[in-house]
Amino acid sequence: MAHVVLIGNLRQYTGGVTELDINAASVRQLFARLSEQFPELKPHLEEGLAVAIDGQIYQDALLQPISEGSEVHVLPQIAGG
Amino acid sequence: MQERVKKEPEREFRVIGTRPLRPDGADKVTGRAKFGADFKMAGQLVGKVLRSPHAHARIKSIDVSKAAALPGVKAIVTRDDFKDQGSEFVPAGEMLVNYRDVVRTVMAREKALFEGHPVAAVAATSESVAREALKLIKVDYEVLPHVMDPVDAMRPDAPLLHDDMITAGVTPAPTKPSNVAKRVEFALGDVEKGFKDADVIIEREFNTKPVHQGYIEPHACVASVSEDGSAEVWVTTQGHWIVRAHCARLLGWDISKIRVTASEIGGGFGGKTVVYLEPLALALSKKSRKAVKMVMSREEVFRASGPTSGANVWVKIGAKKNGKIVAGEAILKYQAGAFQGSPVQPGCMSAFAPYDLEHVKVVGYDVVTNRPKVAAYRAPGAPISEYAVESVVDELSERLGIDPIELRLKNAAKEGTKAAYGPKFGPIGLIEGLKAAQDSPHWKAPLGKNQGRGIAAGFWFNIGGETTVSLQLNEDGTLSLMAGTPDIGGLRASLCMMAAEELGVDLGKIRPIIADTSSLGYNFLTGGSRSTFSSGMATVEAARAIIKEACVRASKLWEIPIDAVTWEDGKVKPAGDNAGKHQPMDLGDIAKIAGKTGGPIIGYSAITAHGAAPSFGVHIADAEIDPETGKATITRYTVIQDAGRAIHPSYVEGQYQGGAAQGIGWALNEEYIYGDDGKLQNPGFLDYRIPVASDLPMIDTIIVEVPNPRHPYGVRGIGETPIVPPMAAVAAAVKRATGVRFFELPMSPPKVLKGIKDAKANGGAKATA
Repeated sequence: MAHVVLIGNLRQYTGGVTELDINAASVRQLFARLSEQFPELKPHLEEGLAVAIDGQIYQDALLQPISEGSEVHVLPQIAGG
Repeated sequence: MQERVKKEPEREFRVIGTRPLRPDGADKVTGRAKFGADFKMAGQLVGKVLRSPHAHARIKSIDVSKAAALPGVKAIVTRDDFKDQGSEFVPAGEMLVNYRDVVRTVMAREKALFEGHPVAAVAATSESVAREALKLIKVDYEVLPHVMDPVDAMRPDAPLLHDDMITAGVTPAPTKPSNVAKRVEFALGDVEKGFKDADVIIEREFNTKPVHQGYIEPHACVASVSEDGSAEVWVTTQGHWIVRAHCARLLGWDISKIRVTASEIGGGFGGKTVVYLEPLALALSKKSRKAVKMVMSREEVFRASGPTSGANVWVKIGAKKNGKIVAGEAILKYQAGAFQGSPVQPGCMSAFAPYDLEHVKVVGYDVVTNRPKVAAYRAPGAPISEYAVESVVDELSERLGIDPIELRLKNAAKEGTKAAYGPKFGPIGLIEGLKAAQDSPHWKAPLGKNQGRGIAAGFWFNIGGETTVSLQLNEDGTLSLMAGTPDIGGLRASLCMMAAEELGVDLGKIRPIIADTSSLGYNFLTGGSRSTFSSGMATVEAARAIIKEACVRASKLWEIPIDAVTWEDGKVKPAGDNAGKHQPMDLGDIAKIAGKTGGPIIGYSAITAHGAAPSFGVHIADAEIDPETGKATITRYTVIQDAGRAIHPSYVEGQYQGGAAQGIGWALNEEYIYGDDGKLQNPGFLDYRIPVASDLPMIDTIIVEVPNPRHPYGVRGIGETPIVPPMAAVAAAVKRATGVRFFELPMSPPKVLKGIKDAKANGGAKATA
């Protein structure tokens, strides 16, 4: 299981849940599990988000592995100027 | 995607860290370099844009008949030439874009939402004919009340820009439209609990004005559409793949039909990550069957291209008497311009980033106003929020009687600190930067009369992203390097240096270009301080691919196993005596046999670069205030920033200095001045005052290197962080010089003078303004 923290406005689509444990071996699986549990969250997971796995931020990394016991943050993507 | 390139153990570098001559230098100093407006095509037409004279107006009708009849006019486009786009956030090269807003930014539809908003565009045989044609276009406007400021725009009775804008991020959702597009919130811990533990609490409100990115080169492009529907665009841009994506979407064309070449760029700073003229030029070219060139005037750049947000920011910080910060809270109201999408979200996320805090809450509002839609500007959102937070930290240091560096050291984020936006930091260089500031000659130097010294910290996230590099071994053993991220700060030099380091060859054997969109795989734009990091990672991978292939060819030629072959000092050679006696081969030798042993040798890397690491900076500013005029002169300035590893230190220093100069302008002089009619009064560099070389001292730099473990050479992006600390550093310096703390930028001479006079009238140095 990974410990998942939802950052920013995502709590709006989870009934206020901001932290939960999820069984997911990759970012793609994480998004699939979150979508199953919180259907309103699904469209917001598809684009515009980054995932931090044990502190390292990944953007556009559906296949990035998530290890057992990892701390995962789902947060807004950053661009820049 | 998995990491593709692993960091090597620490070693001495042959090329990395040196300062070779830049490959683009000769062309730039002789005028040979080809910028956006330098490209010409035979028979090209001149394109010009008709822009709204009103800040807010319904467009009832547009009559182009008289303009179309003018001899020399070959094509006219209006809103009718661009298919409307539904409201939907779609990825356009990793960014989320609402094309409903993009099509309206490029050409107004129902309303003109800012003075300067394009209403029509003309292509004609000369500029004078084009200008004449614009005068003949009749637009029937219904002028509407306008609103220019985010606080005013949030009032319930404010003029409404969009009838269907319901604030997102609020539960329950509002039932009425407003000018607030979105509310965002980031929180850690419990700020109420945190503040209860505080011995000292400081609350302040700040206001900043929109400022322009200030690139010297205006937007410019040439577009040519062929009869078979294929198109070419030459454009000054930070992201030619993004230009291609936007134009394809807005015009309804296949992406493969559009080939975009990025010219040399005379500054962008984020402002050239969007499209303005390109879709218009393509549409005009298609209609006229001629190439069309469009170049914005400086006035158009100011009236119609994105500045960054102006904002209202409230900050509250609580601390113990010993300086430990126990809670931080902020509310940010950023103006987005005519369409939603200010950088309030990264502003919220970065506001307290330099600090290790248990309790933080930051709320942000994205507010539309009747100004051009904001575009990215170097660390978008962060300079504003961190200016406010750093200013309160400075006031805290004075209130507690603690040295401002010591206060920051006491609370500094470090490896393992949980950032206010969630994840824990890896290795970072903030503490190293603060200590370098403490030890610097600047910090210890004495100050003169009417002078004050300020210090501030700053942060930017940095990103990776989709990146492709091709490294070709030429027949004579030289190499051609093709990258796809436009060079805005030394990329080409740095990539060649990394390739030379990997290959063990002379730097002079490698020549770089920035390839067009049809010649190389996809590249996300240059922004987010990503290009040296991402294109560097891809370059290293491409160089290693060449090495690998060279070894394969040698092993086949020598008829020995591949593991009996090694690469050393730029040559492939037998790994040991028992591999046989074979003459080592350099790249020239390999190139000679390439065609006969399997074909040309290319190193190619197409990745989504991951592993970008943040860069923290610390700035020291000395300001001298003329008590008779209120003019603040920066007398000394030092930028200290973590680069991870400086590939070419001169370029790194240049980025530090450039960002600092922009931040100083933002702090002291730059602002858009609008009349009551919503029209811009200072659309030129004479009255929109950016610092010039004679305004500033030589900006000193100290490069801190805490290597990023996720990059083969330890690189961190560095281009954006330098603009983050200056506003607070200068504001702190002005406070210490005058005794007056200012909460509104810019601190231009009339405002400083008034502040000093008001303080004297109120009896002394502790007054605020």
